[in-house]
Amino acid sequence: MSDRPRAKDGRAPDVFRTGAWIPMRCHRDEDAVDFAIIGTGAGGGTLACKLAEAGFSVVAFDAGPFWRPLEDFASDEYEQQKLYWLGERISGGENPIELGSNNSGRSVGGSTVHFTMVSLRIGPDRFKARSRLGYAVDWPIEPTEMWRYYTEVEQALKIAGPVNYPWGPPRPRYPYRAHEVNAAGLVLARACEAMGIAWAPTPLATLSAPRGLAHPCVYRGFCHVGCSTNAKQSALVTWIPRAIRAGAEIRDLAMVGRIEIDRAGQASGVEYHREGQWRRQRARNVVVAGYAIETPRLLLNSACTRFPQGLANSSGLVGKYFMPQSNHAVWGTMEEEIRWYKGPPVMALTEHWNYTDQGKDFPGGYSFMSQGPLPINWAHSVSGKRGLWGMELRNEMAKYNHQAGLKIVGEVLPREDNRIELADETDEYGLRIPRVVFSYGMADKKLYEHALRFMREGLAAAGGKDLWHEDGTAHLLGGCRMGSEPSDSVTDADGRTWDIPNLWICDGSLFPTSGGVNPSLTIQALACRIGDRIRLMARRGEFGSRRDVPASRVRRGEHQPA
Amino acid sequence: MSERFDARYPDYDVLKKWDTPSWNEQTRAVVAKRLEQVPERRFLDETEWSILQAVCDRLIPQPDRVGHAVPIVPFIDAKLWKNQGNGYRYEGMPPMREAWRRGIRAIDEEARLRWGGGFRELPTNQQDAVLRAIQHGDVRADAWQGLPPKRFFSSTLLYEVTSIYYAHPAAWSEIGFGGPASPRGYVRLGFDRRDGWEAEERYER
Repeated sequence: MSDRPRAKDGRAPDVFRTGAWIPMRCHRDEDAVDFAIIGTGAGGGTLACKLAEAGFSVVAFDAGPFWRPLEDFASDEYEQQKLYWLGERISGGENPIELGSNNSGRSVGGSTVHFTMVSLRIGPDRFKARSRLGYAVDWPIEPTEMWRYYTEVEQALKIAGPVNYPWGPPRPRYPYRAHEVNAAGLVLARACEAMGIAWAPTPLATLSAPRGLAHPCVYRGFCHVGCSTNAKQSALVTWIPRAIRAGAEIRDLAMVGRIEIDRAGQASGVEYHREGQWRRQRARNVVVAGYAIETPRLLLNSACTRFPQGLANSSGLVGKYFMPQSNHAVWGTMEEEIRWYKGPPVMALTEHWNYTDQGKDFPGGYSFMSQGPLPINWAHSVSGKRGLWGMELRNEMAKYNHQAGLKIVGEVLPREDNRIELADETDEYGLRIPRVVFSYGMADKKLYEHALRFMREGLAAAGGKDLWHEDGTAHLLGGCRMGSEPSDSVTDADGRTWDIPNLWICDGSLFPTSGGVNPSLTIQALACRIGDRIRLMARRGEFGSRRDVPASRVRRGEHQPA
Repeated sequence: MSERFDARYPDYDVLKKWDTPSWNEQTRAVVAKRLEQVPERRFLDETEWSILQAVCDRLIPQPDRVGHAVPIVPFIDAKLWKNQGNGYRYEGMPPMREAWRRGIRAIDEEARLRWGGGFRELPTNQQDAVLRAIQHGDVRADAWQGLPPKRFFSSTLLYEVTSIYYAHPAAWSEIGFGGPASPRGYVRLGFDRRDGWEAEERYER
């Protein structure tokens, strides 16, 4: 079922119909396509669509399978681990992070196939953290421009959100109405009201009304392990079918191991492993969209004589300034039945602490949200984190239907020491595996301590008893940050690497700062923007051969390695 | 510590929904396989297997299911046989297979050092004392060299054991979880609201 490629020979799975296919344009390895894109998640899937719709020839590779959710997804946490990136990685540093499950994906559609669907905008000021708020760095893009692209993505995904969103400048109406908030979300509402701050139903990428062949969300609650009804607006059921219709080719179960560099120092294609053999796809441009670990890993693993430190790495910053988001939670037992397994896991939130800095002893922001972990996920919290086992664990787990919790998505500040690098060990393809090194800084610790104090007080006021908390991380960002100067960033604002003009990056690894919201909407907004920028540059004849590179890029020559 | 499970949902069995719209064909296939095709021993040797069995009996005691306990060790063995990890390991931890082999041996050695007998031979209170010491990193056995005991206990052993136990319908039933829910999901989402196909709690509040 998932061991043989499905997208080939002129057709791809129809994600909306059991056993059905849609026609797909296919390219030969030896024909140079305009764009080879590595990764088909929030970054690569979105960009494949935008570029194909702009008329470019596109082949997008994914290491994972091409699922048809209606027939391939069970209502089962254990089985659905098949959606995760389970290749070996080493996690180190003072606060080594958990990998492999919620912060990874190995499917066409990437981790959007199992994401929580929380679709938030980074507040305008946070894009200019340095110049407006005095910490970290600025993004090289104007907030107003990012907010325009947010609108495009919200429309493309038919985000279901509230009529009035309490924070930030006015935004357009969400295309679909908000979902009814479940009891777990109403606990958050109580907590916020007790603490005197605003809350809102979460803007979610799951349908609240029919769309094409997909019917509205039925609140089955298995979102975190894949949506079997297609209500979830993942890249797999939105950007990917659109991309294929516009002429893009998707290659599933195709692991890219290396980007090829020609004698002129330009990217000329990719080496990829599919159906038991290594093959080479020629391409005029290569886009890396493998997320914050695989993207730097591939650039480093593609080191060659000309670029011995890895590709796009003349600044030495490939893999650096890696940022998870803090994901600390407070849990409690309620008198009422909550039954948090019903509905999307995160139905209510507050962004209060993203929009006010009053009373904080740290820079940066965070949101916090209601929760609804499934049994295995919850058991991991109660056993591994809280430390219970034996009959004590079974009896505690039996309170499942009375649990509620509040969990942050917290901004972790960029620090050069937090990084992705290559370990000596190799994987089944013979490629060096990544080592992830992470330690919290002082400001990060102050942020989550503030959040834990605040949430604990709120949850107690909402009626929570027997409160306890756990630490954790979610979402992986940075590692190939974009910027305004080749000396302190890997790409420019368009995701174009400073060193190799036809090598691009389009995913969460571009983030200069992490923001205090789930990143998927921002990654997709960036991808839409990069797609538009590429179309514009192509129209102006600004890329292709080195000769066509604009003057601003030619000047960068002095920063390239000898 | 109590050795009794306080049943809150004595009348509820998630498997009774097998033929309802809450279960679709692919979910039935996955759960049927889990229930009917319990893996044979292929990776661990007999001694390792039986020590691990004794450990699991303490991590998830099932005195209420004599003769029909939820199997855990066979699924750990199957995972080790396939060598399918969880996507990472902490720096300083050996690769998965080696971590389990060494961890099981170290638990047994720890038992001998503390109580003069292998883990399987100890009474349950001494077994629990051994496991609690390991959980808190208070170890004496040489076998822990290069195998951080707290990490092994929480992130490897307990993580896997709870993954497998709470993947079983019997565990879903005992916590009142709705279980598989596709194509039919839920309608009533608010406080103290329950759809007719959800577990009814019978418990003194």
